[in-house]
Amino acid sequence: MIEIKNLEKSFDDVKVLKGINIDIPSGAKYGLIGRSGTGKSTLLRCINGLESYDKGFLKVDGVEIKDLNKKELKDLRRDMGMIFQHFSLLDRLDVYQNIALPLRCWKYDNKFIDKKVKELLEVIGIPEKIHSRPRELSGGQKQRVAIARALSLDPKILLCDEATSALDPKTAQSTIELLDNINKEMGITLVIVTHQMSVLRSICEDISILEDGVVAAQGSINDIFVEKPKALENLMGTKDIVLPRTGRTIEIFFTENNGSKPIVSQISRELNIDCLIVSGDMEMYGGNQLGSLIINIPIENHEEVGKYLDKEGFIWKILK
Amino acid sequence: MNVKFWQEWWKFFEKIIVPSVLATFRMVGATMVLGLFFGFILAVLLTLFSPQGLNPKKRVYRVLDFIVNTIRSFPILILIVAVSPLTRKVVGTTVGEKAVILPLSIAATSFIARALENTFKGVDPQLIEAAKSFGASDLQIIFRVIVKESVPGIISVATMSTIAYIAGSTIAGAVGGGGIGAIALNYGYQSFNDSVLYTSVFILFLMVQATQAIGNWIYKKSL
Repeated sequence: MIEIKNLEKSFDDVKVLKGINIDIPSGAKYGLIGRSGTGKSTLLRCINGLESYDKGFLKVDGVEIKDLNKKELKDLRRDMGMIFQHFSLLDRLDVYQNIALPLRCWKYDNKFIDKKVKELLEVIGIPEKIHSRPRELSGGQKQRVAIARALSLDPKILLCDEATSALDPKTAQSTIELLDNINKEMGITLVIVTHQMSVLRSICEDISILEDGVVAAQGSINDIFVEKPKALENLMGTKDIVLPRTGRTIEIFFTENNGSKPIVSQISRELNIDCLIVSGDMEMYGGNQLGSLIINIPIENHEEVGKYLDKEGFIWKILK
Repeated sequence: MNVKFWQEWWKFFEKIIVPSVLATFRMVGATMVLGLFFGFILAVLLTLFSPQGLNPKKRVYRVLDFIVNTIRSFPILILIVAVSPLTRKVVGTTVGEKAVILPLSIAATSFIARALENTFKGVDPQLIEAAKSFGASDLQIIFRVIVKESVPGIISVATMSTIAYIAGSTIAGAVGGGGIGAIALNYGYQSFNDSVLYTSVFILFLMVQATQAIGNWIYKKSL
C-alpha cells in the first residue's frame, strides 16, 4: 500500500533522509522507531505530503506523492488520518465540533455529520464528553478525540506521530489498545512513529529502525528482537550482564510460536538438570512472552539441553 | 457667580460638547468599521502569502508588507495632511468630520492589518498542520482554524485600535477635523476656556475607559 524507495530529503544543507526503503502492506501495523532527529517524523510527513522529498519514490496505492497537484494532494489526505504528539485539537471548539471539523471542510451535510460524530464518540468510548472543551479533558481523552477526528473521513491509513509520547504509561497503553482495535475492526493500516520501545512491542508487527536518516534494521518485530541488531541495542542501550564464571550460559529467545512454554521448568523436570536464571528481558504481547532469557547450566549438560531446545522449537545461542 | 458659571458651562456643554461627542462617535465608528474590514482582508492576505504562510507568494507579500509599513511609518497628523489631495478628490473637502474618516481609516487599516497578522501568527502551527492532514483548503484553514482560534485576539486588537483611533480623531481636530478634539483645542485651549478644555478631557477619559471595559467584557465572553 505504501512503497518507499531510495527516499532522500534535505533541509537546507542537512540531509535528514538518506535513501529510505520501506514497504508497508495494506492492513499492517508498521512501526518507525528511532531516537529524536533520525528523520522518522519527516518520513511520516512525506507519506501524506506535509513534507516534500528531493529524490526517490513514495507511492501510496501506486500513486507517486511527488506528482500530485494541490487538489490531488487534498484528496489523498482525505484517505489518510493523522494524529500528533500534542493532540492538535482546537481549543475554542468542543469535542463534537473538533471531530466534525474534517467533515465540515469536506462539506458533508449536518445530518450525516451528526450521525458520524456520535458513532465515533462510541468508538473512542467517551460519548459523555460530547460538549466538553479540550481543556476540560485529560491527555488520554484528548488523544482519543484526535483519533476520532482522524477517523471521521473513513481513512485507509492512520499516521501516528509520537501519539503516545505525551501520555503516562497506563494511558499510553489504553490508547495503543484503541489503535489496535481500530486496525482489527476497520482494517485501517497503521503507521506508527515512536521512540518508545513499549509502544512498538505492544502493537507493531513490522518495524524499521531509523538511524541518522537511514534504515538501520528492518523486519518483523519477532525477528528483530531475536536477532538483536546493533541498531536495536543502540536504541535500548546495552545491558552489561555479568555472566557466571562456571557452567555454560545460553540465551533462549521467546517468539510468537513458543512464547507460552514454561521452558525452564520443563528442562529441569524432564531432563532433571538444574538451571540458573541469569537475566531475562521479556514482555507479554498478544498472550505470548516475547524477549529472551539467559540461563546457566552445568557444562556437561549443554548438548542435551541444546537438543531439547531444538526439539521444542526455540532459537538459542551460547553466550559463554 | 456659581450659578452663572454652571449656566455658562451648560450652554457650552449642550450646544458644543454634546454634538462634538456624537461627531467623535461617528468618526471613530466609521473608522473602525472600515479599518477592521480592510485590515482583516489585508491580514488574511498577509497570512496567506507570507514566506512561512499557507501559499507563499514572496512578491505579493513584499508589496503588501511595504504598503502596510509605509502607512504605519506616518504619524497620524502627517498622514492626514499628506493624503489631503486624495481626500479632496474623494470627499470633496479636507475639513470636517467626513474628511477625516478617510485618512483615519487608511491609518487604521494598516495598523489593524499588522496587529491581526501578528495575532494570526500566534496560532499553534501544529493546528495548521493537523488541518492540512485532513485535507482542509487554504481558505478553510484561515477561517475555520486560524481566525476561529484567534477570536479573543481579534477582540483585543479591536479594543486596542478603537482606543488608538479615539486618540487619532482628536489629533485630527487640530487640522480641521470635527469632534471632541477640535472642541478641546478651539473652544478650550485656544479660547482660554478651562472648563471646556477639562470637560473634554474628562469625556475622552470616559470614552477610553468605557471602550476598554466593553472590550474586556466581550473578550471574557469569547473565551
